[in-house]
Amino acid sequence: MINETALAPASEKQLFWQGVKDCVPTLLGYIGIGGAFGIVGSASNFSMLEIVLLSVFVYAGSAQFIICALLVAHTPLSVVVFTTFIVNLRHFLMGLTVAPAFRSYSIWRNIGIGTLLTDETFGVASTKLMGQHRLQASWMNGLNITAYLCWIASSIVGACLGQWISNPEMLGLDFALTAMFVALLILQLQQVASAKLKPMLFVVGYTIIFMFVLMLFLPSHLAVIIATILAATIGVLTER
Amino acid sequence: MSTTASFIWIIIGCAIVTWIPRVLPFILVKKVILPEVIMRWLSYIPICILTALIVEHVWKVDGAGISAISVDLPFLYALITTVVVAIWSRSLSITVLVGVIAMAIIRYFT
Repeated sequence: MINETALAPASEKQLFWQGVKDCVPTLLGYIGIGGAFGIVGSASNFSMLEIVLLSVFVYAGSAQFIICALLVAHTPLSVVVFTTFIVNLRHFLMGLTVAPAFRSYSIWRNIGIGTLLTDETFGVASTKLMGQHRLQASWMNGLNITAYLCWIASSIVGACLGQWISNPEMLGLDFALTAMFVALLILQLQQVASAKLKPMLFVVGYTIIFMFVLMLFLPSHLAVIIATILAATIGVLTER
Repeated sequence: MSTTASFIWIIIGCAIVTWIPRVLPFILVKKVILPEVIMRWLSYIPICILTALIVEHVWKVDGAGISAISVDLPFLYALITTVVVAIWSRSLSITVLVGVIAMAIIRYFT
């Protein structure tokens, strides 16, 4: 029996809501880190307005923590901005990976997607891309906008809770992000064709080794970018 | 609810340097077709970058040189638990939930 609704292409609205749904499993990561950011921000004497401005306009987890830490230490503006640039540079590589999937959409929709691209939405999108080789802009918007709103809301709640919780790490919520990266990595590896799995695992191994070596003399955010570039290059060069 | 002019400048500066690397690839890819070898190179990026972001917190660096680097053991234990759960469950939500609980329990006892 043929189900007609299943054959009809999903509408923009359906795709958007599918994106919202696909974002749900990652929300604990946003709640954990966004909440922790609000707590840390208010503990460092930043006002609610300042915490919200950072979450709305910078919208980058680790960079926001670093900005707070640098400002508390009275770091000059130019250093804060440059550090933020380096910390967030990895989004360039992430964008380059998922952007080709959106080529057929208008430049403005592409800019909209890029503006809200984060580690997490990149992780979900690249995992989906691996399985089905194409992505829809409406689905990506559902994913991105859900994540963005949840991030802002969590940092507000965190800032309100700041006076009661002094040590957010005790709750283990900061680990939500790493746990999510682990799940996405394993999901991607499980989708790799069995013939390619061994080379892929080698590339994972190279990344770990490069990270260990690079972190000896580089800030970890630069190490992430360089280790990724080196390991991916070895991956291509050793392909058969 | 207050802020200062210098804080507003920080927000503007940080927002611009974060936004440009985010949107640039999407504009670039519209204008030029990337060669096949670059596309193959990019296919490795998700796995490499996720691995790098995971192991970034395994090592604690305090100062310079090989002796300044140490393993964050509670983090490593939680990480191993999470990897096992991820392979077994194949579920994003279960992995995140178990990972967070594991980390909270490990921190409580260490």
